[in-house]
Amino acid sequence: MLCFHVCAGEIFELKAELNSDKKEKKKEAVKKVIASMTVGKDVSALFPDVVNCMQTDNLELKKLVYLYLMNYAKSQPDMAIMAVNTFVKDCEDPNPLIRALAVRTMGCIRVDKITEYLCEPLRKCLKDEDPYVRKTAAVCVAKLHDINAQLVEDQGFLDTLKDLISDSNPMVVANAVAALSEIAESHPNSNLLDLNPQSINKLLTALNECTEWGQIFILDCLANYAPRDDRESQSICERVTPRLSHANSAVVLSAVKVLMKFMEMLPKDLDYYGTLLKKLAPPLVTLLSAEPELQYVALRNINLIVQKRPEILKHEMKVFFVKYNDPIYVKLEKLDIMIRLASQANIAQVLAELKEYATEVDVDFVRKAVRAIGRCAIKVEQSAERCVSTLLDLIQTKVNYVVQEAIVVIKDIFRKYPNKYESVIATLCENLDSLDEPEARAAMIWIVGEYAERIDNADELLESFLEGFHDESTQVQLQLLTAIVKLFLKKPTETQELVQQVLSLATQDSDNPDLRDRGYIYWRLLSTDPVAAKEVVLAEKPLISEETDLIEPTLLEELICHIGTLASVYHKPPSAFVEGSRGVMHKRLPARTGSGESTESPDVGTIAGGSGTETAPSIIPSQGDLLGDLLNLDLAPPTTTGPPPPTSGMQMGGMDLLGGGLDSLVGSPMPPRHLGGDIGGSAAMGAGFGAVPAVMPASLNAPMGGGLGDLFDLGGGVGMPLGAYIPPKTVWLPAMKAKGLEISGTFARRAGVIQMELTLTNKAMSVMTDFAIQFNRNSFGLAPAGPLQVLSPLSPNQTIEVSLPLSTVGPVMKMEPLNNLQVAVKNNIDVFYFSCQYPISMLFVEDGKMERQVFLATWKDIPNENESQFQIKDCHLNSDAASNKLQASNIFTIAKRTVEGQDMLYMSIKLSNGIWVLAELRVQTGNPNYTVRKERIRIT
Amino acid sequence: MIHSLFLVNSSGDIFLEKHWKSVVSRSVCDYFFEAQERASEPENVPPVIPTPHHYLISVLRHRIYFVAVIQSEVPPLFVIEFLHRVVDTFQDYFGVCTEAAIKDNVVVVYELLEEMLDNGFPLATESNILKELIKPPTILRTVVNTITGSTNVGEQLPTGQLSVVPWRRTGVKYTNNEAYFDVVEEIDAIIDKSGSTITAEIQGVIDACVKLTGMPDLTLSFMNPRLLDDVSFHPCVRFKRWEAERILSFIPPDGNFRLLSYHVSSQNLVAIPVYVKHNITFREGSSQGRFELTLGPKQTMGKGVEAVLVNSQLPRGVLNTNLNPSQGTYTFDPVTKLLTWDVGKINPQKLPSLKGSMSLQAGASKPDENPTINIQFKIQQSALSGLKVNRLDMYGEKYKPFKGIKYMTKAGKFQVRT
Repeated sequence: MLCFHVCAGEIFELKAELNSDKKEKKKEAVKKVIASMTVGKDVSALFPDVVNCMQTDNLELKKLVYLYLMNYAKSQPDMAIMAVNTFVKDCEDPNPLIRALAVRTMGCIRVDKITEYLCEPLRKCLKDEDPYVRKTAAVCVAKLHDINAQLVEDQGFLDTLKDLISDSNPMVVANAVAALSEIAESHPNSNLLDLNPQSINKLLTALNECTEWGQIFILDCLANYAPRDDRESQSICERVTPRLSHANSAVVLSAVKVLMKFMEMLPKDLDYYGTLLKKLAPPLVTLLSAEPELQYVALRNINLIVQKRPEILKHEMKVFFVKYNDPIYVKLEKLDIMIRLASQANIAQVLAELKEYATEVDVDFVRKAVRAIGRCAIKVEQSAERCVSTLLDLIQTKVNYVVQEAIVVIKDIFRKYPNKYESVIATLCENLDSLDEPEARAAMIWIVGEYAERIDNADELLESFLEGFHDESTQVQLQLLTAIVKLFLKKPTETQELVQQVLSLATQDSDNPDLRDRGYIYWRLLSTDPVAAKEVVLAEKPLISEETDLIEPTLLEELICHIGTLASVYHKPPSAFVEGSRGVMHKRLPARTGSGESTESPDVGTIAGGSGTETAPSIIPSQGDLLGDLLNLDLAPPTTTGPPPPTSGMQMGGMDLLGGGLDSLVGSPMPPRHLGGDIGGSAAMGAGFGAVPAVMPASLNAPMGGGLGDLFDLGGGVGMPLGAYIPPKTVWLPAMKAKGLEISGTFARRAGVIQMELTLTNKAMSVMTDFAIQFNRNSFGLAPAGPLQVLSPLSPNQTIEVSLPLSTVGPVMKMEPLNNLQVAVKNNIDVFYFSCQYPISMLFVEDGKMERQVFLATWKDIPNENESQFQIKDCHLNSDAASNKLQASNIFTIAKRTVEGQDMLYMSIKLSNGIWVLAELRVQTGNPNYTVRKERIRIT
Repeated sequence: MIHSLFLVNSSGDIFLEKHWKSVVSRSVCDYFFEAQERASEPENVPPVIPTPHHYLISVLRHRIYFVAVIQSEVPPLFVIEFLHRVVDTFQDYFGVCTEAAIKDNVVVVYELLEEMLDNGFPLATESNILKELIKPPTILRTVVNTITGSTNVGEQLPTGQLSVVPWRRTGVKYTNNEAYFDVVEEIDAIIDKSGSTITAEIQGVIDACVKLTGMPDLTLSFMNPRLLDDVSFHPCVRFKRWEAERILSFIPPDGNFRLLSYHVSSQNLVAIPVYVKHNITFREGSSQGRFELTLGPKQTMGKGVEAVLVNSQLPRGVLNTNLNPSQGTYTFDPVTKLLTWDVGKINPQKLPSLKGSMSLQAGASKPDENPTINIQFKIQQSALSGLKVNRLDMYGEKYKPFKGIKYMTKAGKFQVRT
């Protein structure tokens, strides 16, 4: 390290030189001081002597002294005052360069006492005739704000800055925007950058003429604007598109952000929409030929863009092929995007590349490449076979880490395509001995257990693992336990000894509670009811989904609004990591507005709620396994009390048993634990069951927006009965799918009771009897409060209306979407399954009116992450009528305030499970659009 | 915005720091050093590193890390682009961008950084303007300065900053008026084992050196502008005119600048100018391996391929090589295992080859990985994409300038897998 201390002799020498009469000597001395300063030496002791040199007409000397001042004024505030007069004088200098330099330097002296003296010169400079001075002064406002925000507001500098947005000089406009953006960051709620069509026009004009850096600021600012309609958004897009050809990659990416965001509003059938899509590809590809650091940032952003609009780059697969001397961080990102772009059309190319990568030197990269082959198999169904054979080729190379990685992904392929590729198991088993990583061992054991009936020596294989049971990692131990139990259930005769051995190892010799508990559960299951055990342990597993690695759609939408920023590099919303951004607003993509169709559209609220439902890729796996889950539903008469009925899958089964009495068996005061019955099961369990109340508030946010939107959709009002909003009946189960039984229905809340109103129609030729209904676990614990009352048999072509009261005390499990309800209906013919979505409003309870005081306190308490906002379009009610109408649906108005012609209604809602939602509804007289600005959720 | 800048050399010492807002302690760089230690190669240090209170965004150029410190949400590309501009400016001022050059000119460096950024906002980054503000050090000027006592800092207001053409200063005068354009294309390609092209693309640039008096207005037109569908322009180019007529119309900056860069994508067919025949084999159980390499010209439009340089990272198991080049010289570094063959010019009549054997570690199993061959070459007077300039016209000034256009093709990342 360097020596940071300048010895006393050197300081003394410099002091003498600084006070010399000769100009030249003085300047040389100041240069020496600066040089020492730049390498981090402390020369602050020379402060008075250097400041003395400031009164000079030599520009270089002046600049050098300014440099020094900026660095040390903070540590010598009293001395810094000495320099003030010179600054004030310099601000009056006839030379604009000196005026600008003075105001610029003053702003950099971060001493409170100086700021008072700064105000007057700054005010003058902001109105200076020379644009160079004005633009420097604009930045100075931001500097001053950083030191003393209150002063800036009191002095009215913010308004002056806002005026500069309409300055005639583009450079001044750009700097004013930059300064305002920076100030706005620490003032999230101030409307500093309140954009209107006029100011947008000014910005777009300035965009063409200002420097590249100014263009970045202006584009980032434009991205925050919400265009009024698709026409405005198209005209902005048209004027921003030329920026895609800029040499500065930051300008390009900011332009991409604006386009990606405003594109959302354009109708998809518009010609221009297609043109725009085509224009976006080349600049993104060009970013990839830049330096690796730029490439990295570009790739992280392309990753988002590809998820949102895969069509843009679908033909550009080749540019993501990895060069062997790319830095590792570029390689890994490219690989990720290659998988995202993989499709049936290009899979052959991709696989050939991935296979090539698997022979590279870098171990991390090789592992990821092998994993990528597995992901391709899961993503592109037609290519699965090819992927498997590629993986087998790689296993033949016998390179240790390649083999292990391949086995881990083959396990996933088995989960996706069960009973299809078992022929490869033999090859896998050959490599059993070389596996030394827990994940690979666990995967192999899972495979052996899962396909135990087809592996002749499965017992020997598992036994060999059992020898070193205590040295294995938990992951392997748990897997081994489950695998041996599976083996036992499949081949009970030969493996009794083995299963006893593993159970005693797990329960008696282990001090890992997870392992011990799982051991006990199996033990008890096996000893009490082997048939149930078989059903639980060997239950059909839900298929793994191809899209599990996608970013969740609402987060993706927010990240698209942050293209080019740190958030886009980390793939996290800014609120999650940017320091001091308590009030960062959640950005949403604008809603697509059709011209003139919005009046009738019943689901405007839903769209305005933020999720472009038709484009958002669904994370829910296919319907098939939801039904699979339901398959084991017990159709006994519903019980509203007592333990939840034993439902599907081993995970649930395990849970029940534990609740039933295992904790007494465990004999310790430990709370019941969650047991992962299968690979990856633990995580799903944790989220799905144990943590439900805690998980909900956050996840409620998104779908609630839609639900509430529906309810707030007060439009029309004609023919709507007084009382709570009841959506019209829809067909839930078409006759085609249910052997002639058609069910349509809706939900209503009448006199505090939730009713499921069903219309059953018999479209078959025979009479239907013995109706029963059962629900799967759901987000709000809905369950039938009584049996389905269909007294008389339903003869062909007969229709009956049934109303089923519901309770909210049933078992709880988080669903996707949140308000999804899976229902099973039984009759004398068969059992039928369907799922429907209930309006969230029927869960609003009658005692949802919050005390004013409590409301106020709660409002403040709720963290900002829980906030969202949306608009309700075309609603022709005044605030009182709206309030009455909403009250009918148990949305209570707590307070009303009128500000500048706007009525603000503050409302509270309580859900049946005790979650409160607070909202602010803003109604502008004469404006048919309502804004629900805040919507906060918390549990009481 | 950008808070501070630290320059770090390859041995991990901070040799310069600059703060545009309050001082950030240099201990923040410890997070960078940690990442540097973890990285296997210097270029593998991730460009964005989070720390508890700051973000470090770095670029590696000329074996110096330029580490920018930011505190709030700032577009990382903005920071990286700015850092590149800093590097370019240093190179422009000092000829080279090395630790020694920066240390020798530390005061100028400091003055430059101060002019380039104000409170974290870029101020003057155009080399034209900077040179007006701070004159680059030259030996002559240093001598003159010491005698006359004059300074490096210009006395004038940087006029360019105020005009509509901020990239050009006013009052430029030359006795010889000249405008030269270089069309330089780099071909990036990956060729697979069997010699077929996996991907190939061309990155092209038109660099200009314009020394013209006054305020000339130039137009440049192409024979085949349709090739240019993916272009990035210098801000001086009038985009509207390009959109409408496919003509480049601009008032040029003074001196050297990059007029445009373009990209001919992999979807167009790209001609591959050289081919490689290779046979690199290791046999199981033998401590010898074969190495054979032959180069030849492919689609070069009759132009010669010169300055050919081949290098390849051989597997770690290779102890030494015993090769025989038909022309040029070859070296093998037994420590880094890097094989370099300086071929020179390819003679189509007598193709250059490099043949011989490699000795492997005795008893070791045969290496898993296949070496990739990296090739560099140049082809003069030809742009691989076929781009041709039609004519260059000047308006706005009366004199007749000298005009010149040069074409060149180079290998960029040209890799052959074996």
